[in-house]
Amino acid sequence: MLLIHCPYCEMERPEVEFKYGGQAHLVREPQKATDEEWTDFLYFRDNTRGLHAERWRHAVGCGRFFNCLRDTVSDKIAATYKAGEPRPSSP
Amino acid sequence: MKFSAVSLARQALSGHKDWPAQWRSPEPKRYYDAIIVGAGGHGLATAYYMAKEHGIANVAVLEKGWLGGGNTGRNTTIIRSNYLWEASEGIYGHAHKLWPGLSQELNYNVMFSPRGVMLLAHNHHDEQAFRRHIHANRLAGIPNEWLTPEQARDFCPILNIDANIRYPVRGAALQRTGGTARHDAVAWGYARGASARGVDIIQNCEVKAILRDASGAVTGVETTKGEIATRKIGVVAAGNTSVVMAMAGLRMPLESFPLQALVSEPLKPVMPCVVMSNAVHAYMSQSDKGELVIGAGTDGYVSYSQTGGPHIAVSTLEAICEMFPITSRLKMLRNWGGIVDTTPDRSPILSKTPVAGLYVNCGWGTGGFKATPGSGHVFAHLLATGEPNEIAAPFALDRFRSGNLVNEATAAAVAH
Repeated sequence: MLLIHCPYCEMERPEVEFKYGGQAHLVREPQKATDEEWTDFLYFRDNTRGLHAERWRHAVGCGRFFNCLRDTVSDKIAATYKAGEPRPSSP
Repeated sequence: MKFSAVSLARQALSGHKDWPAQWRSPEPKRYYDAIIVGAGGHGLATAYYMAKEHGIANVAVLEKGWLGGGNTGRNTTIIRSNYLWEASEGIYGHAHKLWPGLSQELNYNVMFSPRGVMLLAHNHHDEQAFRRHIHANRLAGIPNEWLTPEQARDFCPILNIDANIRYPVRGAALQRTGGTARHDAVAWGYARGASARGVDIIQNCEVKAILRDASGAVTGVETTKGEIATRKIGVVAAGNTSVVMAMAGLRMPLESFPLQALVSEPLKPVMPCVVMSNAVHAYMSQSDKGELVIGAGTDGYVSYSQTGGPHIAVSTLEAICEMFPITSRLKMLRNWGGIVDTTPDRSPILSKTPVAGLYVNCGWGTGGFKATPGSGHVFAHLLATGEPNEIAAPFALDRFRSGNLVNEATAAAVAH
């Protein structure tokens, strides 16, 4: 089980308190998107093997979404950061 | 060599010391007519049918690890074809028709055992969904029937149908022609058959890059065993498909999740069938060695770790103990994970790609084993002719743009 640091609660809590929210930093612009861009937004993902930026929600804690940098091979979490903040440079 | 009573007797006389290797392990040639990336069941079956049915035997199957060591060797071996949509009934039904004759076809015992697969309904929604599946299946000529809780218990006597448990059994959908097969034997049988027809199976050979010419068409692959030229590449890499496709600059509608399974200590025969519960993510059958083979749900995040969180396995075991109280003091021997590539509509992708010469067979998610013969058979046709046949056509990559999804995900987002 992952131990995840919630950047709002500033606490490390077990994974069962959280809900995974998929790849982070996807931009949703239905008015501007072409069919290809919209398809990409809806269905296509990086599915990175390695350092992956992803959304989590502290579902049974503060309830807020935040972002997380995690290595998808070792499952080690490199950083968590608040929604809206840029992806930190790789540690 | 052919397995027969005579060959068995002859080898017995020499103490079984003279059995030949089941497949060749050659060094890669410099050029192949086609290269298949991934020596799991689907990749090996593809190579086998390319050689056998399309006369294309100058084929290499490249495997970064060992043959059948990914999801082929990690799944819970359940075979069924009771999906909802006609396109799914097409591909899974095609596979299901190939299973009964597969041991004869390959001259290799894949231990196909159509002992019946029973899907439990625990709530009103399950009941409605399963009845709808039953009607859809029967219209498509695929057997499936409804059982009352008492009939379900008669079919699987260790099932608890007490009305006062957390997830009571309200009925079940039974596919009597479903069952299990020996997963390793499927990979080995196809490997042996393909190798005998001239296919080169090259293990410990990881693809590092996909090479392309000025027009963008594929010209070969760069591997840990050097460069190999080809004009056709079929990627059949399951959980690692996104990684391989990225080498050609393509993103995929895939996410890779860990899926866990467990086996118990061996018991005398207690379970005559396969029981599945999508609602509580628990699947169980008994292997011929006597172990109870238990499938759990997926972990909730993208991972390539081939493990998973213990809380996932625990929640499955809690459900198993409630459904089958006889198991409550049983010890688990092993627990492992495999990486499953899931698509947004929970249906596979068998498709050409925007890159000329590059084909992909992926997205089988949590239930690819059952489709192995059918998947290999239709993908061989796609690779050999460059066009999908009518079974494969609905599973094109383009469906995510056109909206023609084959949506086998229900509200619970698991393949029902």
